[in-house]
Amino acid sequence: MTWTWFHRLASPPYVYALATRLTPWFAWPAALCILAGLWEGLVLAPPDYQQGDGFRIIYVHAPSAWMSLMVYTTMAIAAAVGLIWRIKVAHAVAASCAPIGASFTFAALVTGALWGEPMWGTYWQWDPRLTSELVLLFLYLGYMGLRAGIEDTQRADRASAVLAVVGVVNVPIIHYSVTWWNSLHQAPSVMRLAKPAMPLAMLVPLLLMLLGFTLFFVALLLTRLRGEVLQRERAASWIREVVSA
Amino acid sequence: MSPESHAGHALAPVRTSLEPTAETAPAAPAADAFEAARLALLRDLQLAFRKRSQLIQPLAFFAMVTLLFPLAVSPELSRLRELAPGVLWVGALLASLLAVEFLFRDDAYDGTLEQYALSGQSLTALMFAKTLAHWLLTGFPLALMAPLAALSLGVSASALPGIVAAVAVGSVTLSLIGSIGAALTLGIKRSGALLSLLTLPLSLPVLIFGARATELAIHGAPAHAPLELLAALAVLGTTLAPLAAAAAVRISLE
Amino acid sequence: MADQTLEVENLHLWRGEHHVLRGVHFALARGACLEVCGANGSGKTTLLRTLCGLIYPEDGRVLWNGENVRRDLRAFHAALAYLGHEPPLKSDLTARENLHYWIGIRRQLSAEELTAALARVGALSFCERQVRTLSAGQRRRVALAGIALLAVPLWLLDEPVTNLDAEGRELVAGLIGEQLARGGMVVAAVHQGLPPSVRNLTRLELAA
Repeated sequence: MTWTWFHRLASPPYVYALATRLTPWFAWPAALCILAGLWEGLVLAPPDYQQGDGFRIIYVHAPSAWMSLMVYTTMAIAAAVGLIWRIKVAHAVAASCAPIGASFTFAALVTGALWGEPMWGTYWQWDPRLTSELVLLFLYLGYMGLRAGIEDTQRADRASAVLAVVGVVNVPIIHYSVTWWNSLHQAPSVMRLAKPAMPLAMLVPLLLMLLGFTLFFVALLLTRLRGEVLQRERAASWIREVVSA
Repeated sequence: MSPESHAGHALAPVRTSLEPTAETAPAAPAADAFEAARLALLRDLQLAFRKRSQLIQPLAFFAMVTLLFPLAVSPELSRLRELAPGVLWVGALLASLLAVEFLFRDDAYDGTLEQYALSGQSLTALMFAKTLAHWLLTGFPLALMAPLAALSLGVSASALPGIVAAVAVGSVTLSLIGSIGAALTLGIKRSGALLSLLTLPLSLPVLIFGARATELAIHGAPAHAPLELLAALAVLGTTLAPLAAAAAVRISLE
Repeated sequence: MADQTLEVENLHLWRGEHHVLRGVHFALARGACLEVCGANGSGKTTLLRTLCGLIYPEDGRVLWNGENVRRDLRAFHAALAYLGHEPPLKSDLTARENLHYWIGIRRQLSAEELTAALARVGALSFCERQVRTLSAGQRRRVALAGIALLAVPLWLLDEPVTNLDAEGRELVAGLIGEQLARGGMVVAAVHQGLPPSVRNLTRLELAA
């Protein structure tokens, strides 16, 4: 009885309908949060005493970096669910997450480089955060590459699920080793804004952007998921009803 | 569409002229997991020695990579000594990657991997045995070759034991991580680049700690910390990687 | 030991969009042989691999001695021998060495048993040569020796007589007969049909 929601979630037509209904509930609030966050962060918040206006890119950089990691974890959990309980929709969720996560990672890298340029004079520094993000990007690319390399959808799902789980176990290890490596060589890092000392005026837009990005991710995920489900179930009969409606 | 047809249902045991004789128990007790793993290890070693010419390929590659740097950078030993940890470890990593591509290839092709999955033995144990054989044939010789490469890069002899230790331990983890990538990419044509893309990010911690251990050894400083971290990675890899490789192999057999 | 039975209930399997196994249903008792017939692409190999547990069906179950094989897949594997199209032999090892490893991984094997099995299939004359030097028929004989050596109740054979000469086909029939006489079971996927000397035979037709 209480498991029916779980079983329903495994049904592609149900998930498709649910995703269609829920998308606007995430898309509009996401737009609102992001606009509000940008307004507060770019216009209202005071400039940083050390970095001037350049620090404002943190309102895009930090949420992107946070999302890149969150999306990978979501992807790994969905993949694990699909692997253990053999639920095809879970694999569709994981497949939908990957390009979104890779884009967030790329955005984090680009904004990180843009942030660094005025500070360091170069577009790239091997600071632990950026290096970890770069490795994460390769993990995403590897996942997507493995999916693309296997023709049979079911096998691609399961193999990439194993990879995602192995990856998620490795992410903390990689992050730790990169931080350790970086501490040995004392490369400069401007990414550390003193968190307790961050004034509320800076914190609020940051949290708004974070919330906005999360809602945006869910909206994007639901949209991609619908496409993914349509693609996978294209031979099924319920598709015709949906498309003709 | 042609109609489906199935066989009849419960077949009563028909008494024919061939009377069933004894119970069909295995003629001898089943081998235990350790024995199975031991045989799998020996088989791979024996196979490798039948094709001895292929054994030196990763080592030759490693030597070539090491040779590239003096030619590309500078023949000055002092400069090379600075680069030595990086050169040694990148070379070891790439050589290991090259070798691991063939860990399961032949077995998948001739059906013996399938028999492993159907053997009734722990596939994880068999995967570990195969990876161990692979390490004995590539990682361990690499560790023995590393001193030669190090000497050619201007490293003093006192640093050599530390280098051998670091490469020996680190290459265990590299083989284990490589086995996961090799199992995942089974059956994919021209998977070399994809295999690298999957394996290299996961191997970065080994690279970082290994290069650091080598650097400390070269400067004569105690290298306990990175060596212990390398050992910890090897232990973690030993417990988890064969499991993942077994899962990946089963998926490739579906 | 309980009566050994293999029961297959309503197996359904899709490969991509292709409905390969459509409600396959049968039961096999001791001493019985099931011949799975069908044209190429009808799913014979897929059925055998699903019976092994290598492939997971979308619907239906495989029961060994009344229990779902998924509950203890390894125990099920220990009770079966699977022979695919190609004999699972390493070409750089000799026939004898191949069997030593293949069978030894599964059970303890004495040299006498090995020799006896090779003699039974007529492979003694070439058992010390590397498998790469053997013909397809010779390799198949070595593989059959291995299957017999495994001494398990259930045999799953994929195209065991294809491309064999008359002598080879009779050898297969003889080995199957011996397995059935011991109270074992055989499921064989065939193109043209097993030799008529195999008794206690049931047919399962798979439509393409």
